[in-house]
Amino acid sequence: MSGSKSVRKDRVARHIAALPPSGIRKFFDLVSTMDDVISLGIGEPDFTTPWTIRESGIYSIERGHTSYTSNLGMLSLRREICQYLARDYRLAYHPENECIVTVGVSEALDIAIRAITSPGDEIIYTSPSFVSYPAEILMAHGVPVPVATKRENNFAPDADAIERAITGKTKAILINFPCNPTGATLSGAALKRLADVVTKHDLLLITDEIYSELTYGEAHVSIATLPGMRERTIFLHGFSKAFAMTGWRIGYACAPADLIDAMKKIHQYAIMSAPTVAQEAALEALRRGGEAKAEMHASYQERRDFFVGGLNEIGLDCVLPHGAFYAFPAIKKSGLSSEEFAEKLLEKEHVAVIPGSAFGPGGEGFVRCSYATSQEELGEALKRISRFVGKIAKK
Amino acid sequence: MDKLLKILTENAPIDLAKVAKAAKMTEKEVAKELKALEKSGLYRGCTAILDDAAYDQEQVRALIEVRITPRREGGFNQVARRIAKFPEVSDLALVSGSYDLFLTVRGSSLKEVANFVAAKLATIDGVISTSTSFQLKKYKESGHMMEDDEEYERLKVCP
Repeated sequence: MSGSKSVRKDRVARHIAALPPSGIRKFFDLVSTMDDVISLGIGEPDFTTPWTIRESGIYSIERGHTSYTSNLGMLSLRREICQYLARDYRLAYHPENECIVTVGVSEALDIAIRAITSPGDEIIYTSPSFVSYPAEILMAHGVPVPVATKRENNFAPDADAIERAITGKTKAILINFPCNPTGATLSGAALKRLADVVTKHDLLLITDEIYSELTYGEAHVSIATLPGMRERTIFLHGFSKAFAMTGWRIGYACAPADLIDAMKKIHQYAIMSAPTVAQEAALEALRRGGEAKAEMHASYQERRDFFVGGLNEIGLDCVLPHGAFYAFPAIKKSGLSSEEFAEKLLEKEHVAVIPGSAFGPGGEGFVRCSYATSQEELGEALKRISRFVGKIAKK
Repeated sequence: MDKLLKILTENAPIDLAKVAKAAKMTEKEVAKELKALEKSGLYRGCTAILDDAAYDQEQVRALIEVRITPRREGGFNQVARRIAKFPEVSDLALVSGSYDLFLTVRGSSLKEVANFVAAKLATIDGVISTSTSFQLKKYKESGHMMEDDEEYERLKVCP
């Protein structure tokens, strides 16, 4: 590299350079240097994809199904998705023009936000939330407006607080229930109130329901089924959590045709189509994965009861989460910030949890513990956390 | 080790506390149900699943097809029951198809199993013929794989 001139300083776009790094990254680096860590920091199932689904992927390769699919995804898969939503969610979407198959629900979220956000548009989202939400909005040149959910409301969204955050620039509300990281669900009066706010102000709603099969107790109700909501809602879902298919990267979005059409534009220029092998595996998941899904669900519920019960016994106040596979205990009593708590717990007891602050406003004072790990590891983690909390209390 | 394996394979005790926890019942209730199941004949025992090749390379299992002549009074039962009595026979079933009985015989060597077939099994009155297949490698038993999947490292932390 002789004689090269110095390169310009502003090589990275301003809005990308300004994006904060993920609060999770630091813990990932720390954990990688340690042995015998029990990690409760994993946001994915601890199951391998059920064999019948994996075998379908293999079969798809054997038959040489290696070309692109249509931009929207295989019609057979879209049909199966729409049937599944009609049967299990009471949602009616047309497979021809109201459903698009994406590279994980992450891509569905990305193209949904990009499709509706003009520069400067505000998007309200409930926080603490999945780490990508504010970043996705910023990358679309929108303005993320977090509204905190609170422990005293079991982390359900507060429609009044959301309504107060609405301005003339508000374009949409983005929600995720069951929620990563709180495990909270949305039902009954809170669900109805939120729908009322959306329709009253004629907003759009993006609902990320990736954990919707994983509810314990009350059955999940999609907000898109409420009066006036279907025409304003972009429904996002995928296969990663309920079918333990995170690495296959298959998600989907369903919405009125004009919105799907706009999303398709972005998708066809940026992605073309989701991987064919993974689409065929997803088809099998819907056709024959139900039993395995039910077994995994039962296992999460068992572990939730065990682990959340254990946290409360230790004295870490934890609301019983009705969905997903996360517990979100309060650690305020320790006198530490959530980041200090997580760092010290990792250092002293080799248990990895994620500080609530990594999930945005409203997350401070809590840590996220994923109970998608073996019963034995959960038991050992509880022992170690108990020892850690005990030592802090003595100081 | 041998003693432990013998107990586990003959009739492994059930951990009532664990079963009770999994079934969300009390230990007393489980014990009572188990008694009833035993009495009704549904519950016949509990045995460990072992990969005997990993334990003892010399261990032999033979899968044997047997053709027999049914007896006038007892049908296939009489001969089948007689064969089942041998402790060498671990599994025995009457089957449809080109032979009548299908059995698994275990032994500590090839010779031992061969002797059993020649001296005991084939000479039983009513046995017409036997066809013995020695098991070379076991992949799965009672729903349990005999090989572990390769360790696959997941991300330790992810959002």
